Amino acid sequence: MIELSAVSKIFHQGQPNECRALCAVSLTLQRGGMTVFKGPSGSGKTTLLTLVGALARPTSGRISLDGRLLSNLPERFLTEVRRHTFGFVFQQFNLIRGLSVLENVMLPAYPLGRPHRELTQAAQALLERFGLDGKTASRVEWLSGGEAQRTALARALINDPAVLIADEPTANLDSALSGEVLALLGELAAQGRTVLISSHDPRVCSAAPVTRLIELHDGHIVGDYAC
Amino acid sequence: MPGASRYRDCDTVLLPAFPDQNEMRTWLERQNYLIDYTLAALLRRKTRNLGLLLVYTLLVFLFASVLLLSQGLRREAATLMQDAPELIVQKLNAGRHDLLPAAWLDTLRGIRGVSAVRGRLWGYYYDPAVKANYTLMVAPERGLTADAIMVGATLARVREVGVGDYLSLRAANGQPLPLKITALLDSTSELLSADLLLLSESAFHQLFQPPADTYTDAVLTVRNPREARTIAGKITLALPASRPILRAEILRTYDALFNWREGIVFLTLGTLLLAFLILAWDKAAGLSAEEKREIGILKAIGWETGDILRMKLWEGTLISLTAFLTGYALAYVQVFYGGARLFAPVLKGWAVLYPEFRLTPAVDLQQLLVLLAVTVLPYIVATLIPGWRAAIADPDAVMRG
Ligand SMILES: Nc1ncnc2c1ncn2[C@@H]1O[C@H](COP(=O)(O)OP(=O)(O)O)[C@@H](O)[C@H]1O
Ligand SMILES: [Mg+2]
Repeated sequence: MIELSAVSKIFHQGQPNECRALCAVSLTLQRGGMTVFKGPSGSGKTTLLTLVGALARPTSGRISLDGRLLSNLPERFLTEVRRHTFGFVFQQFNLIRGLSVLENVMLPAYPLGRPHRELTQAAQALLERFGLDGKTASRVEWLSGGEAQRTALARALINDPAVLIADEPTANLDSALSGEVLALLGELAAQGRTVLISSHDPRVCSAAPVTRLIELHDGHIVGDYAC
Repeated sequence: MPGASRYRDCDTVLLPAFPDQNEMRTWLERQNYLIDYTLAALLRRKTRNLGLLLVYTLLVFLFASVLLLSQGLRREAATLMQDAPELIVQKLNAGRHDLLPAAWLDTLRGIRGVSAVRGRLWGYYYDPAVKANYTLMVAPERGLTADAIMVGATLARVREVGVGDYLSLRAANGQPLPLKITALLDSTSELLSADLLLLSESAFHQLFQPPADTYTDAVLTVRNPREARTIAGKITLALPASRPILRAEILRTYDALFNWREGIVFLTLGTLLLAFLILAWDKAAGLSAEEKREIGILKAIGWETGDILRMKLWEGTLISLTAFLTGYALAYVQVFYGGARLFAPVLKGWAVLYPEFRLTPAVDLQQLLVLLAVTVLPYIVATLIPGWRAAIADPDAVMRG
């Protein structure tokens, strides 16, 4: 369970270009299900996901994970939490160029020192599950948008995180591929993982697997619906 | 697992730092992954890293060449000096080296502690044909006939003469003096014999026409080498116009000469090193946007700052150790098997004719470590710091492409 209480994020605080990306947001996210953060561009969706996923700290307010306060945890422990709890699928995918699909998927597990054979098998199993078994040795820069998206998804899952965070997972895909990705995410949610995604795409918000819809506007929560 | 427990005891004994076998496996596996990743990252920026590696290797090569060469020369000189006379006596005339009267030899023999005295005849001869000085020396022990000479291999090579040929020198009376080469001096001690020409006493007299009963200097053997300094004092008392030279002093002069030459070379190389460090710093410190993005991604997907640092540490170590080992090995081959062409003219300039010679291969561990410290450490630091700076930033930037 993730709890945010009065969380604000201000960029360039005190400078002329100060920007309030989030204003005193309070929110409780239960385990499981698929929550969509909806809102126009610039409404603070990405910022909210970075805070929830412990990629950054809030300017003020408290964030806790299963009762453990994250917002004042030292960097080292924050990484520890991040790597065991969260898997990320970035909007730009952020695969590492020059490495193969398989290597990209294995990358988050390197610092854990998992035995090589076991890790390779786990990565291959994920790629198979996402229909990429023919692409394991390809370099990621030759992948199509959909393939890159699924590679990023496999990478996010390699350390078996409880929470999957995907920022605008359908923004770079056509509608057929969007449907596929949403179905995959829905499957993951159905298996008990917590899936958090952001989107400004109305089709995503009305998709079948979505269990909760939170609307953002100018850094404020303006709507919260169970689906 | 019975298999695992069988090895457990022996593992713990061998690797006490890792009481838990699994912990050690994980550690090893992790380093393995990090090295894999580092190598792939280095290959991705092939041109840049290869260029850096080349410059780096060259630098280590230059430094190691100078170090190995000067150290080898020093050792060689020390070995040769072991056979040098304990004490040399010259006559000074108003501070200038003058010929020594034969009567002095008897005076010297009368000094307590001196066991043998021998007058030497030698001198420099400028040969305009090769624009260099030869050292001409009378060698009674060689039993040379009046017109027979022996020359150093370098001299023979430069003058393009061999055994059986005649070498014509210009005598003091202006007449050419043809001398027959009967043998070449062996090349093991070529370092000192490079420009040496041994001749008979009569040929020496014909050539230089010195006053009768004079010598260039005298060499003394002393009964107890530790008394050499005291004996030198007695000689100055007995013969106020004399200048006794101790072997230890010659050694010190050589050493000072080497230090000075080495200093000059190091000054030049130091500038180079500085230039390299600036280059390395620039290359490593100015992480490309691509690299910064990669570090951000790695952090976002669960790498710790420490993991990034370990990866960077491997990067610095792999590059600098490769460069160091290659550079050092090349220098070793160059100095000990390739005749040290590169720095020889600067470092071993005491003979005007450059001898071709082989130094005995040797590696000084302390010197190796110092070189390692001044080349490898700065580079590793130069790669670590920017990596660290990129790694401590919040990784949320990767969410925004
Ligand atoms: N690193 C940053 N520096 C300054 N302003 C930022 C930064 N990141 C986001 N912002 C600003 O914060 C606001 C919210 O951005 P974001 O969370 O990316 O919105 P969304 O993802 O909903 O489009 C925007 O006005 C954006 O310009
Ligand atoms: Mg966004």
